[in-house]
Amino acid sequence: MKIAGIELKNPTILASGIMGTTGAALARMSRNGAGAVVTKSIGPVPNKGHNNPSMVELECGYINAMGLPNPSYSGFCEEIGIAKSKTDAPLIASIFGGDAAEFTEVANGLLSSKPDCFELNVSCPHAEGYGASVGTDPDLVHEITASVVDAVDVPVWVKLTPNVTDITSIGRAAESAGASAVVAINTVRGMAIDIHSGYPILGNRFGGLSGPAVKPVAVKCVYDLYEALDIPVIGVGGITCPQDAIEMILAGASAVEIGSAVHDDTQIFETISKGIDTYLQKYGYSKTEDITGLSHEMI
Amino acid sequence: MRPIHSKITEITEESPNVRTFFFDTQFNEATPGQFVMVWVHGTDEVPMTLSGKNSITVQKVGDATSRMFELGIGDHMGLRGPFGRGFTIPRNDENVLFIAGGVGAAPIAPLADIVKARGIEGRTILGSRCCDEILFRERFACGRVDITTDDGSEGRGGFVTDQLAETDTSDYDRIYVCGPEIMMYKVFEILKARDGHVKTEFSLHRYFKCGIGVCGACSMDPEGLCVCRDGPVFNGGELEGSEFGHYERDSSGCKCRF
Repeated sequence: MKIAGIELKNPTILASGIMGTTGAALARMSRNGAGAVVTKSIGPVPNKGHNNPSMVELECGYINAMGLPNPSYSGFCEEIGIAKSKTDAPLIASIFGGDAAEFTEVANGLLSSKPDCFELNVSCPHAEGYGASVGTDPDLVHEITASVVDAVDVPVWVKLTPNVTDITSIGRAAESAGASAVVAINTVRGMAIDIHSGYPILGNRFGGLSGPAVKPVAVKCVYDLYEALDIPVIGVGGITCPQDAIEMILAGASAVEIGSAVHDDTQIFETISKGIDTYLQKYGYSKTEDITGLSHEMI
Repeated sequence: MRPIHSKITEITEESPNVRTFFFDTQFNEATPGQFVMVWVHGTDEVPMTLSGKNSITVQKVGDATSRMFELGIGDHMGLRGPFGRGFTIPRNDENVLFIAGGVGAAPIAPLADIVKARGIEGRTILGSRCCDEILFRERFACGRVDITTDDGSEGRGGFVTDQLAETDTSDYDRIYVCGPEIMMYKVFEILKARDGHVKTEFSLHRYFKCGIGVCGACSMDPEGLCVCRDGPVFNGGELEGSEFGHYERDSSGCKCRF
């Protein structure tokens, strides 16, 4: 299936920040059935991220504040090369920067490793000066997206934060700047406190919530973006089973990204893509595209 | 799981730089070699292999462990776990060999406890830098114990690998190894030359962020196995042709050669 400029092996994609540190890990997720894989977010300089605890499982999902750890674009080209040599699944490079110039520097720096697509991280909720710090401003998102689209010859996706009043205004900014797709959503800003010691659990004090708790938020964002935009929407947030993925597709997702569910099932991609196929057959559809956004036609 | 608020009930000074902390939290279901994430409030969270059902044995090496050394009985830490894959428990009819260097004796000691309790014959090569730093020698007394010290202050002067080179390993059904990675890799090379690496299990150390096999910070080349979830204990056969003994990654993901 061709979605947003790239040929996916199936509609499930490894989300950024999960098992994306090395080429070998990305290839492993492809072997586990991912239709495409997204790297961890890569920035301009090596960064060790926040102190631990950086990811903790809660009663309703996961909370994390990794802090964008990465070896920089120059340190990561080799890993993309390894991933691409070990798998034929498309490789999407997630990148971040503090402004359009930094984003473009990182994209240019990774071009030699030939990623199939870029995903702009303007949505990480816990990295000061990066991520959602720039992704809540439509003008900045437009400027960053336009700059990267202009610099590279592969599709550019923009991953959006749900931590805004109106996600469609950010989506429209990305679309008008030439994005091939938007990805919704990144984690929802959150916090957990240890009631016995009184300490916030995360090393960064607050972070982003993922997992089952955020799925209804993600479905609503995807639904709204599908209605507001002409470019494809990639759905992500709390998908743990085929039913979750189908719900997201019915809301308007052309494909889905899967993140923290890898914890419970490392074969989750295969499980979900097979489940989608079974659903399509059961209800008489021939391809995923036939049900994308179908719920909009019901009312 | 959220960290379990755990009270320090006892502290044992094992050597000038190594202490065992006992907690009021018991990990009864843990197998030897499994670890817990230890949250030192306000400082950091680090992985520590359990040295007992309710204890960790800590060498003072960085911010988190230095802060731990300032804590006393009655103070608290947060514990999550047990996580990862531990050692294979030997059958009662198997001969086992333990090879431990420095604080690497801590993850193996619970296995030695089981071996001793079951009356299994277990031999140990126990190395340290000097006589003051020999760890858990009494827990390894399930058979012959060969002590090596780098400075020759007790036992055989030199490294565990010197002792291993002179040891016939053909009679052992299982060999368990933990210590600095360079030491473990030299052990791996000696045993591989004898085709003994496939009956050997190594407990590895890598930088962990999530500790639950999601973030990928501890992924090993070339298979992308997570040390925190697929390990930290690996069979020698699984480590053939891997990054083991060659490099690891720091907190930013940059490769660091040993």
